[in-house]
Amino acid sequence: MPDSAIQLERVCHQYGTRTALAGVTLSVRWGEIFALLGPNGSGKTTLFRILSTLLQPTSGRVSIFGHSLGQAPDAVRRHLGVVFQRPSVDGKLTVQENLLHHGYLYGMRGHALRERAAAVLARLGLAERARDRLETLSGGLQRRTELAKALLHRPPLLLLDEPSTGLDPGARRDFFQYLRQLREEEGTTIVLTTHHMEEAERCDRVAILHRGSLVSVGTPAELKARVGGDVVVLHATDPQRLRDLVRQRFGTEPALVNGTLRLERPRGHEFVREIAEAFPNEITLVTYGKPTLEDAFIRLTGHKFWGEPGNERAEP
Amino acid sequence: MRGTVLPICSLWRREIVRFVRQRSRLSGALAQPLAFWLLLGGGLNASFRPAGMPASTNYVTYFFPGTIALVLLFTAIFATISTVEDRREGFLQGVLVAPVPRWAIALGQAAGGTTLAVVQGMACLAIAPFLGIPLSAPAVAATGAVMTLVALALTSLGLVIAWRMDSTQGFHAIMNVILLPIWFLSGAFFPATGAPAPLRWLMTLNPLTYGVAALRRCLYLGAPAAAGNLPALGKSVAVTIAFALAAFGAAAHSANRKNPVSA
Repeated sequence: MPDSAIQLERVCHQYGTRTALAGVTLSVRWGEIFALLGPNGSGKTTLFRILSTLLQPTSGRVSIFGHSLGQAPDAVRRHLGVVFQRPSVDGKLTVQENLLHHGYLYGMRGHALRERAAAVLARLGLAERARDRLETLSGGLQRRTELAKALLHRPPLLLLDEPSTGLDPGARRDFFQYLRQLREEEGTTIVLTTHHMEEAERCDRVAILHRGSLVSVGTPAELKARVGGDVVVLHATDPQRLRDLVRQRFGTEPALVNGTLRLERPRGHEFVREIAEAFPNEITLVTYGKPTLEDAFIRLTGHKFWGEPGNERAEP
Repeated sequence: MRGTVLPICSLWRREIVRFVRQRSRLSGALAQPLAFWLLLGGGLNASFRPAGMPASTNYVTYFFPGTIALVLLFTAIFATISTVEDRREGFLQGVLVAPVPRWAIALGQAAGGTTLAVVQGMACLAIAPFLGIPLSAPAVAATGAVMTLVALALTSLGLVIAWRMDSTQGFHAIMNVILLPIWFLSGAFFPATGAPAPLRWLMTLNPLTYGVAALRRCLYLGAPAAAGNLPALGKSVAVTIAFALAAFGAAAHSANRKNPVSA
């Protein structure tokens, strides 16, 4: 049995001349909930399409449960349950018909299929709606049907593209609760793409993607620990001027990110007092906090984004 | 091979179920060509006598088999549009990641589209007796068989386009440049006899010409003279079978081409 559930080696993808993935090497362990975190255009959707066998990488190797994606796609497909961002259920079919159809695609049939479909629907609280046409269900329930469908054939690997799209916060919590339960009970490996920090925060490990490259991988705690201390964010009427003033006075250069100044300081609370006293007229708002995943994201990608153009691919 | 029967049947069944549950599609694929037939056929009836046809064949009657071909074409066009949408961000996404060979997906879709087209085409036959076309059981059976071949060819042709397009935006152009001309130049709308030479050549080369000819010949199975100056039945059926097989082969190939990893 291979060590990892998914192994990516120098995976590249080009759309014409545009590079969507620039050599991603990554492994996902058995039974972990793994997030691909990145903004739009980071390459996470391309990576998702490659993992779900919809797209062939321009170069590089992908193996899933030891099966090479290039050589044994059908073996890979049998192991996959995929939840797409856009609905892949048919609104004109009932909830149950959607599931049965899916079962047939995976060679399931007869009594065993019906029983399994009923069990999955009951598990996801959809049993009462089984005979309703899918288009009559609320957005949240339709989303749940997508999940039911993806789980029907008991895939050891579940891929989810932006799973919380269209879910309210309560439903999002329930959804994660369910994913965790699934991992505990069936050992399912779960990989999801997201651009929501709070969603990534709930995962075991997170891969941060930026402009087609893998910037960093680690647990949310590890990633946050890469931020040097507490995070202080300054809003100012003239951020550039304030940046110069801070540099002159404190000998540290704040990063200018989207019109705000960001500093990472140990003992941030003391620094807040000092800086507020130093520039009472320049600063309009100060926020201070322990680093979040978002801070880690800005720390890791912001450097690239705002740094020297030549260093764009030089991140670890 | 055995493992592909279930997916094919399931995809086929889904096309039928969807159609039954969407009333608007019925009017789209059936009513529109029939309205065409009534308006154009009725309007042109007094002015035009189809060349190369028996004197008893007026234009409304001439246009009737052509209208059946149009019903088959419209169903194929609809299947094409929904396939493009399904593939990018709909139902087919889930099918494409399943361990099902692409040709089987294309076959399920083609079978579904063909069934719908043939059922609608057969419904049109109910009008035939009112046009003085004497329908016998063998004529209906033969017409149904030819319709199946023509529908399979047209639906497959639609799928070739659908699997190569990433959005429905360019579809109108394709429809106007490829699909409708194939129908216009098939003898459905006007006979080849008496048409300018370049049009006649195009019509000879157009595979649908033989499908429409086969439809005409089967409708007039009991009275071959009434079918007029057309390619022989045997030749027409042979070309139509070849057309259907080639179009489906191309559809399966196109579906497979979109497969990122060879299945």
